[in-house]
Amino acid sequence: MPIFAPLSQYFISGLTNGAIYALIALGFGIIFNSTTIINFAQGEFVMLGAMCAISIYHLVPSLPLAFAGGVIIVSLVGLVFERLALRPVGEASPLTLIIITVGAGVFLKGVAMLLWGKESYTLPPFSGEAPLHLGPATLLPQNLWVLGLTLVLVLALEAFFRRTLMGKAMRACAYNPRAARLVGIPASRMVQLSFALSALLGAGAGILIAPLTLGVYDMGTILGLKGFAAAIIGGLGSLLGGVLGGLLLGLAESFTSGLISSGYKDAVAFLLLLVVLFLRPRGLLGGRQ
Amino acid sequence: MILARLWNRWVLFALVVLAILVGLDNEYYFTLLNFVGIHTLLVVGLNLLVGYAGQISLGHAAFFGLGAYTSGILTATCGVNPWLALLAGLAVSGGAAFLIGVPALKLRGYYLAMATLGFGIIVSIILSQAQPLTGGPSGLSGIPPLTLAGFPLNTARRLYPLIWLAVGLILALSANLVDSRAGRALRALNDSEAAAASLGVNTARLKLKIFVWSALYASLAGSLYAHSLNFIAPASFGFMFSIKLVAMVVLGGMASIWGSLLGAGVLTVLPEALSVFHDFEVVIFGAILMVVMIFLPRGLVRGLLDLWEFRRYKRKGSFVP
Amino acid sequence: MISPPSQTVLALQDVSLAFGGLQAVERVSLAVNRGMVKAIIGPNGAGKTTLFHLVSGLLTPQRGRVILNGEEIQGLPAHAIAMRGVARTFQLVQLFDHMTVLENAMVGRHRLSRAGLLAGALQLPWTRAEERVIRTKAMEALEFVGLDSRAHQSAAVLPLGLKRMLEMARALAAAPTLLLLDEPASGLDGAETGKLQEMILGLKERGLTVLLVEHDMGLTMEVADEIAVLNYGRLIADGPPRAVQKNPEVIAAYLGTDWQA
Repeated sequence: MPIFAPLSQYFISGLTNGAIYALIALGFGIIFNSTTIINFAQGEFVMLGAMCAISIYHLVPSLPLAFAGGVIIVSLVGLVFERLALRPVGEASPLTLIIITVGAGVFLKGVAMLLWGKESYTLPPFSGEAPLHLGPATLLPQNLWVLGLTLVLVLALEAFFRRTLMGKAMRACAYNPRAARLVGIPASRMVQLSFALSALLGAGAGILIAPLTLGVYDMGTILGLKGFAAAIIGGLGSLLGGVLGGLLLGLAESFTSGLISSGYKDAVAFLLLLVVLFLRPRGLLGGRQ
Repeated sequence: MILARLWNRWVLFALVVLAILVGLDNEYYFTLLNFVGIHTLLVVGLNLLVGYAGQISLGHAAFFGLGAYTSGILTATCGVNPWLALLAGLAVSGGAAFLIGVPALKLRGYYLAMATLGFGIIVSIILSQAQPLTGGPSGLSGIPPLTLAGFPLNTARRLYPLIWLAVGLILALSANLVDSRAGRALRALNDSEAAAASLGVNTARLKLKIFVWSALYASLAGSLYAHSLNFIAPASFGFMFSIKLVAMVVLGGMASIWGSLLGAGVLTVLPEALSVFHDFEVVIFGAILMVVMIFLPRGLVRGLLDLWEFRRYKRKGSFVP
Repeated sequence: MISPPSQTVLALQDVSLAFGGLQAVERVSLAVNRGMVKAIIGPNGAGKTTLFHLVSGLLTPQRGRVILNGEEIQGLPAHAIAMRGVARTFQLVQLFDHMTVLENAMVGRHRLSRAGLLAGALQLPWTRAEERVIRTKAMEALEFVGLDSRAHQSAAVLPLGLKRMLEMARALAAAPTLLLLDEPASGLDGAETGKLQEMILGLKERGLTVLLVEHDMGLTMEVADEIAVLNYGRLIADGPPRAVQKNPEVIAAYLGTDWQA
């Protein structure tokens, strides 16, 4: 059945990209939940994760090391960003915060351009390039890595928020910061943690996708924006929403690209974003703002 | 009293513009100054929206692009008179602003930012993809120059007086606007929407009107841009340019008409002057956005003045002027 | 208390609003006649400010009608109600901090002027003439509250008492037929409250209709022609001050408050 082969390809690549968008969307959601800030620099965390991992790999050809290193470095960047760029302004207006985070994103992109230039770099796939055949579909092992690790990360996140004390503390901060402070939860620590966690997820996403799409200094911008679109589509406050939004977006993009036109692929995310914003701003699974 | 002060500023402005026209004889500098002028038109409009009305737009480049491409396509491909094409561009941009504004301006804060961002990106993708119409990613060339009574404005020096006349007019219109009933209503809705509404200000309609107004300025800038370069490409009208415009607003000072000129001037000339630091351009823009918003949120001039006054207060112990 | 219909500036009929499970306002009916000062009092959370929002249009009642000068206005947006001659102050002062004292008052004149964006930008002759009128009327309002000497100061740096005065001036500049004052004495000291009292009585002399929400019993008893008492969203008394003062249900709701008999 010839029709299934391309359709299943679209499905696979849609899920893969969707998983990446989901991770980025979760990053947005976590910061938003603990600070009501939208971190427009999130995409650059993704890019930095990929680039750092690539550089580490060039020094020491060990993928686990590159992964861990990239994630740790970018988490630190996230912490520094929170401390230097956001803490000084305290309770500023959304406009101010938006401009600061947008500026930070541009700044990080500029730094990346200085450090790595404008060339693209490769990261080898985690377990080889031999394609696997699953019925009519062909997938690369990297696709499985992306989907698998994303699932692991999401489940770990879920467990963290529901089962661990720190995770519950973070959720408490999100629901009612004042009350959380009154019971002794250090709000500023929670904020720091949320930035570190967000950066971690972003970096992870970047490293996962790098073997498939190459690492380059400006890869973060559009990924970040699409990840944000996914977060809005799924609903900012909800973990499941972020995942759902990401997967939906990935699939919509992939099928549009395959069946309608590949040139307008990027527009899908923003069209869906506009539709959601105009018709149901809280997204598919978001609660009342 | 205010009229006397303004009169001096306008006279000064006109004198400087004329002096440069007469005294300078360098095509490159005139090109640069024309860009400053075009960017000023963009920044003033964005400032009215962001600085005075307190709305957010991260997609303003789209209106610039719509104006440029409407002018470009109508004149290069269809042979329409450039001035008519300019008017058509105003209609297209204004119409787009109206259509996107009605739903978008109901949103607040982040949601509005994302809606304008999404719109901006969609427009730039369309400009890039609609190849038969727009010439695709490699752009549209062969745009004829503007003509004044048969006299073609095909050098930067010839375009300079037209562009700066437009800038002067727009600055004057905008300064008037800010001090008028509508301008007060605009500033009021930024400070307290509930109070403004309780005094009869139709806040939703006013936001939409200023959004369209700023899109018209951007469209004018776009048309002038198309006819000054005779070539346009989608890359000039993307997300990064929208961000640069915001940086210009922020640097010059939100809610400052003349600050718009400063912000546009500095951020147009500096990258050229420091072309040696071309690689640093992106980093510097990002740094400006962050540093200015964190430390000098009222913009460069007012921020520095505030700082100076604060220093003086600390030394003298009072705010005596 | 029953007056011919043309004398009733504001009438609420069976107005109700609930927030989720909480019935903020329940079947409240009252009337305010022309030239009257009517006070709405009640314990905290009784629904007084909610009632104000329902009248000024920031909230829409789920049931009932709000009638202004014979016209039903429930459901109309706030600016439309303001255009019909309702002006208000807010419990937490909502000034335009980025404007001067005079500019704040000039915004008050918005509903009685016409110049739009284009006219403002072009500064046509009629626009400039209108602007002069706006400025004059705004200064008059500032003079009434005693802020004319501070016309060009930034509104943000005023002390609270003067901020409340400015909000009042701004509302007065709109030449309203109905003035809503939401806890105007809140945060004011004795002297300022006295001045506020004089001001409200002065407004009454000019024929303005005033509806106010207040906690300060002294002020209320001095200025109000009628008092309506809300408790848990319901109206429990409505009439002249003396009668309300003696109402046992009111006294019960207010256990602990000092009443001057």
